[in-house]
Amino acid sequence: MANLHWLANPGRFLRISNAVVPYLAGLTVVLLAYGLWRGLTAPHDATQGAPATIMYMHVPSAIMSMTVYGGMAVASAVALIWKHPLADIAAKSSALIGAGFTATCLISGSMWGRPTWGTYWAWDARLTSELVLFFVYLGYIAIWQAIEDPQRAGRAAAILALAGSVNLPIIHYSVEWWNTLHQPAGLLQGKTDPVLAVPLLTLLAAFFCFYVTVLLLRMEREIVGRKIRQLRLLQAQA
Amino acid sequence: MSRFSAVVARDVRLALRQGGGSYWTLMFFILTVTLFPLGVGPDLALLSRIGSGVLWVVALLAALLSLDRLFQADYEDGSLELLALAPLPLELTVLAKVLAHWLTTGLPVTLLAPLMGAMLAIEPAAYPTLMVAMLLGTPVLSLVGSIGAALTVGIRRGGVLLSLLVMPLYVPALIFGALAVEATLEGLSPRPHLLLLGADLLVALALTPWGAAAALRLNLE
Repeated sequence: MANLHWLANPGRFLRISNAVVPYLAGLTVVLLAYGLWRGLTAPHDATQGAPATIMYMHVPSAIMSMTVYGGMAVASAVALIWKHPLADIAAKSSALIGAGFTATCLISGSMWGRPTWGTYWAWDARLTSELVLFFVYLGYIAIWQAIEDPQRAGRAAAILALAGSVNLPIIHYSVEWWNTLHQPAGLLQGKTDPVLAVPLLTLLAAFFCFYVTVLLLRMEREIVGRKIRQLRLLQAQA
Repeated sequence: MSRFSAVVARDVRLALRQGGGSYWTLMFFILTVTLFPLGVGPDLALLSRIGSGVLWVVALLAALLSLDRLFQADYEDGSLELLALAPLPLELTVLAKVLAHWLTTGLPVTLLAPLMGAMLAIEPAAYPTLMVAMLLGTPVLSLVGSIGAALTVGIRRGGVLLSLLVMPLYVPALIFGALAVEATLEGLSPRPHLLLLGADLLVALALTPWGAAAALRLNLE
């Protein structure tokens, strides 16, 4: 906890973040290039052919869409419990990135579904729960927009994020029993051949670095934006 | 306990009296169900297939429609602050208001379900399951909705936002509720789905009052 509070100083955070972002951005580019190169030169899937390469975008963005929500929920809990000034900024800044990953996952999945399943969209469990996750992200973003005061908006959004985090597993299993067409996840169970697993895991790391990079940039922007807002308010009162 | 029941009685009385809107919610339920045969055609075979799903979706919409009044009217006239200052913990006040909301929307909708089911040509054999499922599922709608209602209580035109926030969280109740009826229609036991729906209700009952009360405290500052 000591480290968390040490980082709670926005000025210190900005200095560290400014120093780290270029390296993270570089790492993202390198990992992305290596992963895409390995993935696109790997042999095509025997039955699915070329469309299967879409999974190099699809699988990492699917994993990230849930990881980001998890991070958002943890940040929201930290914001509610310890009133950590950067936690609700981190949660707010994560939401749009998470929604982006979710949209990427849905779009790439439907592009893969058309040649493989013969349809862009099926009311399958995974697709449905990913779509619901997308709506949850949109609702979270909407409540930030609806409340003007950032302090109150942050607490309201944190309550919503935590309510969502309790509900998302229930939603996941309820749609799972409802209808399942999607293949189960096999990447982290050692069932995937290294020829496919190495580029996939590299791209997952690349997506994660991308997330952290953009998150830090958005947090910097949010901190500066709040400072400007404060100054404007003071100016208006003077 | 008497404080708890006093809040319940007050809210039920307010909902039933003039301008309370409880009847309007029921009218909405009946009218919207009536629109479906007009929209998809009077084919009874089709209607009996989609009937239980239609009833669930419309019950969900009816709950949403009335939810924005759950705390809003009390917030506007200041009685919510008095309720928050009262000796009864705010979590229990929330629970009491949710119970009153369910008594005036969820319960009547459940009682009306067989009648509307007959109009949608649902097999009468499925009515008991439908009603048990609604008895277990409609309180979930009120409970989960209370978090959304509490979060949007200070927001102008918060009703639409409330729907956006809450609708994704209604998915499990809708799925288990509709699956239970479908299982009965196919001659299978609805028991597992009803048990899951009951579990969903228990989770909602245990957790949502805390969330809604936290959101209310935030909006009363």
